[in-house]
Amino acid sequence: MLIKTINAILTVLAGVGAALVLYWVLNKLVELLPGKWEDRVKPYFYIAPAFAAIALYLIYPAIQTVVYSFANADSTAWVGLKNYSALLGSHSFRQTLFNTVLWIVVVPAATIILGLAIAVLADRLKPGSEKLAKTTIFLPMAISAVGAGTIWRFIYATNPPNEPQLGLQNAIVTGLGHDPVNWLQLNTLHFNSFELMVILLWAQVGFAMVLLSAAIKGVPTETLEAARIDGASELQIFGRVIVPQIWGTVITVFITVTIGVMKIFDIVYVMTNGNFNTNVVGVEFFNQLFTNFNNGYAAAIVVMLMLAVLPIMIYQVRHFRADEAVR
Amino acid sequence: MATVTFDEATRLYPGAERPAVDKLNIDIEDGEFLVLVGPSGCGKSTSLRMLAGLEEVTDGAIRIGDRDVTNLAPKDRDIAMVFQNYALYPHMTVADNMGFALKIAGESKDKIREKVAEAAKILDLEDYLERKPKALSGGQRQRVAMGRAIVRSPQVFLMDEPLSNLDAKLRVQTRSQIAALQRRLGVTTVYVTHDQVEAMTMGDRVAVLKDGLLQQVDSPRTMYDHPNNVFVAGFIGSPAMNLLQVDVEGNAMHFGGAELPIPRETAEEAGKGGRKITVGVRPEDMDIVGEGQGLKTTINLVEELGADAYIYGSAQIDGKDHDVIARVDGRRPPMKGEDVWFAPQQGHVHLFSTTTGERLPT
Repeated sequence: MLIKTINAILTVLAGVGAALVLYWVLNKLVELLPGKWEDRVKPYFYIAPAFAAIALYLIYPAIQTVVYSFANADSTAWVGLKNYSALLGSHSFRQTLFNTVLWIVVVPAATIILGLAIAVLADRLKPGSEKLAKTTIFLPMAISAVGAGTIWRFIYATNPPNEPQLGLQNAIVTGLGHDPVNWLQLNTLHFNSFELMVILLWAQVGFAMVLLSAAIKGVPTETLEAARIDGASELQIFGRVIVPQIWGTVITVFITVTIGVMKIFDIVYVMTNGNFNTNVVGVEFFNQLFTNFNNGYAAAIVVMLMLAVLPIMIYQVRHFRADEAVR
Repeated sequence: MATVTFDEATRLYPGAERPAVDKLNIDIEDGEFLVLVGPSGCGKSTSLRMLAGLEEVTDGAIRIGDRDVTNLAPKDRDIAMVFQNYALYPHMTVADNMGFALKIAGESKDKIREKVAEAAKILDLEDYLERKPKALSGGQRQRVAMGRAIVRSPQVFLMDEPLSNLDAKLRVQTRSQIAALQRRLGVTTVYVTHDQVEAMTMGDRVAVLKDGLLQQVDSPRTMYDHPNNVFVAGFIGSPAMNLLQVDVEGNAMHFGGAELPIPRETAEEAGKGGRKITVGVRPEDMDIVGEGQGLKTTINLVEELGADAYIYGSAQIDGKDHDVIARVDGRRPPMKGEDVWFAPQQGHVHLFSTTTGERLPT
């Protein structure tokens, strides 16, 4: 333990020290330049290390991935677009895509709706109860997906009909006199996918709620009173006065959640590993890379995912900038 | 159009010892411009919000016309309110802001457009209808808030310090515009302000509140000439009235070297308060008199305003220094540091009990 601690401290010191030395050397180098050039070049020298790190750890791998997506399973020969056509041509991958779309359609919208509802209702509680309610709802945020999976496995657990039911849902179902249901294998109308979505909602509605609640509290009370005098009902006030004023936050939360959902992996991996028709792109990528060792397929999947996320990212950055410009 | 009646209206906040508004009784006539004025925390805004329905009435009743609105929701009271910070909807254009109430009421689009255009014309906002509040100046925002109230043609206008966010010059200008507009529309108006000048210049009648209690409701003139008590006397008028505690002897009071007669009943009342009386004299009613014939005052500051000059001095009564303010002829004011003697003009003296603060006969 002591050795570990000392190591950690040494690492931090060495890291910070190395950064200091690096910048000191860069600074000295720039100062060698004649006066005017020194000022012009200095900013570039200063951002260069950060830029280099991003290039090395982000941009280079991204390009490499795109390159691999046109190569075979062990990246030894070019195959052109064969990886893409094979994936898109396979029924199971199309199912995987459909599931991912289902997640994207349902989860962000549900997160916003639930988050808003909780935020509005919590806002009407007394300050003490509000804090308690919000803390409780926010808590699952702190639990890792694997931890959440363990918890929810207990809720969805199934034993043969004659044995006592450990799972909460089956306890209820059998308590009402029905046969136990194997929840995670029940894929009629993608029911099991929805059950997995519930876990993600449980984990992140708190996050949405906190941001939306802060935004709602930022809405000037006078505008609500003005609307009340103008004759609006509480529902109209919510829809026409509160929501438009917090729209920026709603969009931000929506996009953040959407990007998270597109990359969803851990919950599905832990709960079903993509079986029983619950597979999503994130899990499929993992399995292609680490189970099937098919670099080409894995890379092609990631590239498709990246292409899908990109427009949303660009929209978010634009929206953020527009928001900043108004302020 | 309607009358407004506060009938023993009371607002007691949970946990508070004293009501924020205590048994308020005011009858406001149809078409009248009534100003509620008082220092901060006096309950004037609370009274207005009770009338608006934004604040619960814990006791008593409020009526608009013959309708008891005490327990009605704001939307059922047929009122419009202008808020101190305007409370415009930031996401709506000026036109939408003004038309919101009509839209909620389900009016047709043409009707809304017509009414908004009408109000915009009155308020000189026609060029700004498509702008958002953010892109307007303070004065324009204030006018939009007014427009939002006008568009609804309500029975009562409520205004909660609508001018306090404007700069001094614009405030004076808008003050007269609002007063003129109200007279033109003839809508009963209740207006809250902490500024007694605003109250005096705008109101048909002024109601002075202090600590949740109504002190006096009267026309500005009456309020100025016959303040009911020491508080109103000191609050109304700028610069403030001189209020000095002086000795009473027999049927006369000592005003420095001068002996001024007072009615017998007043003298008797003063007798209960240790033979002291509070005498109030407005600065313009202070005359400079010969040496020894009035209150000796050392001049600390002379403010020359051209036609007039205000003298700020201090006088000793019972060994304590008191501030004295007087208005004198601007052409030959006394100099700073000089000693002068002041006596009140006859018939322009206000007398108050030192114990209750109530007005006594002069």
